[in-house]
Amino acid sequence: MSGSTYGGVPRWVAAVAAVGAAFVVLPLVAMLLRVNWADFVPLITSESSLDALGLSLRTSLASTALCVMLGVPMAVVLARTRFWGQKVLRSLVLLPLVLPPVVGGIALLYTFGRRGLLGQGFEAFGVTIAFSTTAVVLAQTFVALPFLVLSLEGALRTVGTRYEAVGATLGARPTTVLRRITLPLVLPALVSGAVLSFARALGEFGATLTFAGSLQGVTRTLPLEIYLQRETDPDAAVALSLVLVVVAVVVVAVAHRAGEPAGLRLRRRAR
Amino acid sequence: MSFELEATVLERDVSVSLEVGPGETIAVLGPNGSGKSTVLDVIAGLLRPDRGHARLDARRLFDVGGTGRGHWLPPHARGVSMLAQDALLFPHLSVRDNVAFGPRSRGRSRAEAGARAAEWLERVDAAELADRRPAQLSGGQAQRIAVARALAADPALLLLDEPMAALDVSVAPALRRTLRTVLAGRSTIIVTHDVLDAFTLADRVVVLDAGRVVDSGPTAAVLERPRTPFAAGLTGVNLLTGVAEGAAVVLTSDGHRLAVRPVERLRPGSAVAVSLRPAAVSAAREQPPGASGRTTVPGRVTDVEPRGDTVRVRAGTLAADVSPRDAAELDLAPGVTVWFSFAADDATAYPL
Amino acid sequence: MRRATTAVLAAATLLLLSGCAGQAAPASDVPASSAVPGSTEAALEGTVTVFAAASLKATFTELAQEFEAAHPGVTVELSFAGSSDLVTQITEGAPADVFASADEKNMAKLIDAGVVDAAAPVDFATNVLTIAVPPGNPGGVARLADLADPGIATVLCAPQVPCGAAAETLEKAAGVTIPAVSEESSVTDVLGKVTSGEADAGLVYVTDVVAAGDAVEGIDIAESAEAVNTYPIAPVAGAQNPAAARAFVELVTGSAGRDVLAAAGFGAP
Repeated sequence: MSGSTYGGVPRWVAAVAAVGAAFVVLPLVAMLLRVNWADFVPLITSESSLDALGLSLRTSLASTALCVMLGVPMAVVLARTRFWGQKVLRSLVLLPLVLPPVVGGIALLYTFGRRGLLGQGFEAFGVTIAFSTTAVVLAQTFVALPFLVLSLEGALRTVGTRYEAVGATLGARPTTVLRRITLPLVLPALVSGAVLSFARALGEFGATLTFAGSLQGVTRTLPLEIYLQRETDPDAAVALSLVLVVVAVVVVAVAHRAGEPAGLRLRRRAR
Repeated sequence: MSFELEATVLERDVSVSLEVGPGETIAVLGPNGSGKSTVLDVIAGLLRPDRGHARLDARRLFDVGGTGRGHWLPPHARGVSMLAQDALLFPHLSVRDNVAFGPRSRGRSRAEAGARAAEWLERVDAAELADRRPAQLSGGQAQRIAVARALAADPALLLLDEPMAALDVSVAPALRRTLRTVLAGRSTIIVTHDVLDAFTLADRVVVLDAGRVVDSGPTAAVLERPRTPFAAGLTGVNLLTGVAEGAAVVLTSDGHRLAVRPVERLRPGSAVAVSLRPAAVSAAREQPPGASGRTTVPGRVTDVEPRGDTVRVRAGTLAADVSPRDAAELDLAPGVTVWFSFAADDATAYPL
Repeated sequence: MRRATTAVLAAATLLLLSGCAGQAAPASDVPASSAVPGSTEAALEGTVTVFAAASLKATFTELAQEFEAAHPGVTVELSFAGSSDLVTQITEGAPADVFASADEKNMAKLIDAGVVDAAAPVDFATNVLTIAVPPGNPGGVARLADLADPGIATVLCAPQVPCGAAAETLEKAAGVTIPAVSEESSVTDVLGKVTSGEADAGLVYVTDVVAAGDAVEGIDIAESAEAVNTYPIAPVAGAQNPAAARAFVELVTGSAGRDVLAAAGFGAP
């Protein structure tokens, strides 16, 4: 923190940076000040709160798993192949990143809803996604997937194909190369991407509200519970918000640690 | 194990054909950008040529650009291992697992692959490094492991892409010695800049320039009787070209008449190359008196380069090595006129 | 020089931040106005800021236009949101002149907070629940009791929000238990699930069905009188423009207001 070690930073930059930091940190402090500590534990351990927290963790884990399953192949294809329309496809895949979640929810509704593009077909087989926990997972996956694809694709490009080429000339089939070379090399990015996806899924609100609905224990995740509690019990909303903030801080810390490639760290030490 | 290649890569203007006999090591020499690495990539299956075909023993590696659908064997099915300038050891695997990677990928059991890795580590004198991580190795050690890894895959053809280029001069000799042992009797193509590699490791050399094979043959023949300035530059000999006037006289392209020693019969009027070691050329400030069997050629000094106990004086296409003392006495400096002379016996002539 | 730059930048940033925090200082638009509190019959001037429940959006937008036509010197600023959101904003200091709530409970909160005089609120409209179904009524819903069938996907408001509280009251009064597939935080979300066909039915207000036009069909509930929602309106104490605030409240509670509200499906108080 001491300025003397960073002699190159103009003072006015540091001043604006401090204002920026305050802008981010102050709201958190303000929220902390509003927490009703006397009732904190009962507030966050109420049945509805625990239901919401449990549901959020379960659905976020499920959507993170889905993100990894779908996102790894997507990132590999985007980073390692060239085909017509690839740039357009990449932009479309990353769209949920910039799209208001509500728009995502509406789009999902018209896809997986009872009268949706695919939903109609599912309905014919007796599978209803609307108002189910599955819908929550779909909504979360939709908004979280780009985080994983983006960080993994970048890592794949950085690592390059030289190790993979060596593996292939040693007789490894493409699947073996992917499993034993490519994925281990980008593991740090995969982990941080997955953690970011988890965090995004955990915070997902708009798409879930629009697409999945809100029912305790089934579709009412923590953000939805907070939004609802705010109507009648601001103390509970603040307490739950704090829980979400703590989980988010832990997640960001983990992602930050994982974000530094282990291989790079080793190499640097060796030099 | 024999190998045949004919390939054209239009984008890089490379069009070559070459062969490797059973157990033969060939060195591919050529200036930067002459297409050496492109050729290796094509052989390894990492780059698809526009036209061409390759065969390794009875197996067709590829046959593309002709009629029909063509044939393309992916890299992993070729039995061709490649070793690059950088060792490129997989950073997340131990040395042992790196070497065992090839056998494992070809379906050997963990135990078999481990045994094979141990054997190869032994053969490159690196058994004690087995449990290390690549990040804990020196450049020379890493390249040694990379050799073991490439050979443990039991390739039918081994490709070496300037394997010594990234190493300290102090560790290159040890690796060169290792390579000489392990490459014996193995079909290998080695791309190199270093004439020593060619002499030590290769049976034959192929010289590439601007994407074409410009010279090839047994190592000694090509390097001692160069046909291209590049090949001549590798061994540092003078290369003069001209037309045969008589059985032992050559008229150079810049109009000098040389007395030479033909090593093959020179047909009058045919193109001839003359190679001449700089040490066999003497230099003087005044035109020396004519002597039979000696050629005298004037020139303007373009370059004076001290090289330890000799000084190389260059004037146009010709260079002479003189002692530092002579160089000082003659007051040789760029711009002065100098007379080079050499005996016909030192001027080896052969048809181009 | 550098220090001056630093100070200016910091000040500018702070200004920006405070500007973001809410409507800029009301003082800036007041000087133009000569409205003096107490001079009621004099021509009204300035700006009157009306915070109204989201369900009043269409009607209050229309009434604001009528008001501006009748008082050319006045500009009506409208802010629509959920009643409880508005209460939070007003107690946190948002510059409201008039507050129109979708229920008495939220108005009571402002009275408790001392922001509205206890005697000030006037009931100006009522709203009752109805069953909204997608066009064609795929679930074949005819009455409230039908919604007890788990085969009919019904969406309600959560009990924490006014429309949910009303639904709960109605369920009790009618002796019906509705196994809702979702309990939304706003009536808009309930309506959205019905218009998209995700739900077979939803309990919403009559006015919502009127506003939704052809997107949904409404099915009257025989027991609807058991849960009547009353809308109170009141000028906010300490209003910037009390005269205009009073005039606006008079317009809403008067016959002109009544006509516009009735057309939108609101009942008389």
